[in-house]
Amino acid sequence: MSAPTPPAPTATRADPYAPKGLALTLESTGAILLALLWVLPLAYAVWAAVHPAEYTTRFVLTAPLTLDNFTRAWAAAPFARYFLNTFILVTMILVFQIVLGTLAAYALARQDFWGRDIAFVLILAQLMIMPDALIVENYRTLAKVNLIDTIPAIALPYIASAFGIFLLRQTFKTVPKELDDAARVEGASPLQVLMRVYVPLAKPTYIAYGLVSVSYHWNNFLWPLLVTNSVESRPLTVGLQVFSSADQGIDWAVICAATLMTSAPLLVGFLLFQRQFVQSFMRAGIK
Amino acid sequence: MTNRATATIHGWLLLLPAMACLALFTHWPALASFIESFYSTPKARRPARFIGLDNYEQMLADPIFWKALSNNLWFALGTIPTSIALALLMAVWVNDRIAGRTLVRMAYFTPTILPMIAVANIWLFFYTPQYGLLEQITGLFGARSTNWLGSQDTALYAITIVAIWKEAGFFMIFYLAALQAIPPSLGEAAAIEGASRWTFFRRIQFPLLMPTTLFVLINAVINAFRMVDHIVVMTRGGPDNATTLLLYYIYQVGFGFWDTAYAATLTCVLLVLLALVAFVQYGWLERRTHYQ
Repeated sequence: MSAPTPPAPTATRADPYAPKGLALTLESTGAILLALLWVLPLAYAVWAAVHPAEYTTRFVLTAPLTLDNFTRAWAAAPFARYFLNTFILVTMILVFQIVLGTLAAYALARQDFWGRDIAFVLILAQLMIMPDALIVENYRTLAKVNLIDTIPAIALPYIASAFGIFLLRQTFKTVPKELDDAARVEGASPLQVLMRVYVPLAKPTYIAYGLVSVSYHWNNFLWPLLVTNSVESRPLTVGLQVFSSADQGIDWAVICAATLMTSAPLLVGFLLFQRQFVQSFMRAGIK
Repeated sequence: MTNRATATIHGWLLLLPAMACLALFTHWPALASFIESFYSTPKARRPARFIGLDNYEQMLADPIFWKALSNNLWFALGTIPTSIALALLMAVWVNDRIAGRTLVRMAYFTPTILPMIAVANIWLFFYTPQYGLLEQITGLFGARSTNWLGSQDTALYAITIVAIWKEAGFFMIFYLAALQAIPPSLGEAAAIEGASRWTFFRRIQFPLLMPTTLFVLINAVINAFRMVDHIVVMTRGGPDNATTLLLYYIYQVGFGFWDTAYAATLTCVLLVLLALVAFVQYGWLERRTHYQ
């Protein structure tokens, strides 16, 4: 799947179609109204989380603020452990994806060998047949090797990523062949060429892919739900689900607090590095 | 050894780790689902045996399968065009120098980075009868109380809206990137010719965005068959299977009823649907898309 990269824009000039005056006002109003509508559910959750339960659905400006809901949620379930599990999980996945992806992408981009095109097609098949569709068989495979209810079990189906391989292959193809040849003339082995020439030049792609991968696996739910059943292996998303579906007596204030808590690291990261996030997602999509 | 043979060995050695994982967790399970769909589910004292097309016959006679399939098509039909249209509108707006564009862009994009499971919790609260925000707003206009997620007529719409909310901002990013890459000279030329803004959009910008639209469309279609996290939280497929989607049904059959052979049969249907999407993309749409 790829949309080709359009040519880079030339220097910014005045856009004759930029709305002015009344048109601009109308457009701004529309955009802001939609934005308000878009943040409404989230704002509502924030309201419920930082006010005492009796104000959850009563919107009074004088309602007292409290962090009580967060402390109660934190105490009610082993969220610290869930955070640790998720952290281990996303790190493990990302490291393997990058190592496996780099090697495969290098072969596909710069080696000419028998069977390369078939291999490429076999890899791209994963873009359509995503691991989520194969939960039944993958569960059986992991049960056979006794890995159910471990963090590696959550990670394994994802560590070879067609998307990552494709992205890196496209980037490696843009590296000038002369740099490659020069390094070889100096006597560098193929792996040294990869590490010294290709990897440093692909740094923006690694960052972009890393952000996309981390946010995907931080948020992934169905597969971890199936293969974990203990506190020691459960990631945050599954922990949150167990927490909010257990007998909380539907205490929305606490559930909202827990919900925000689990999304907080990504949310804060996004607010701080908004530009990088947006550009990374763009880069990952266009390449 | 010839150069060619060395290159082949090197190439495959580099590919080996990734290919092994893909073979184990993508190619083999896809093949295994297909094989298993012709066998019965193994029970305690009865191993799996070949039963031909029985699983498929069972599937064709299964009203819940048809319900899940039609729900999934309606879900796709509800989410895909709306989220793409909204994404395009958002991108056009955010691309202009409107007031507070950074904040507006952030508002649109935020749902994308939230876990679907968290989003589902928030929306569950939003939809709660009597108590939730939606009820409070409709109550102001004197509307009758509705159990949005508990009623067969509204539950599928309710989860469709959540999906649109979640993905529109994600697709916006790709349109935004593409809009910014359109050379300004095209706008200048069109302005000299006296084209209206609408004409400029319809005849120049929109056709140039076609590759992006294609990319977004494929993603949206795949998502329509992949997104089930919110169903686990919000409705569990109910009421009376009104929100059961295909993947959710596979999850239910495979891990709720432990009927793995039937789950494999349903998986095959899902894989065929996804292959069809791939086929349409490469075979047909690709040829109709104009690249710059």
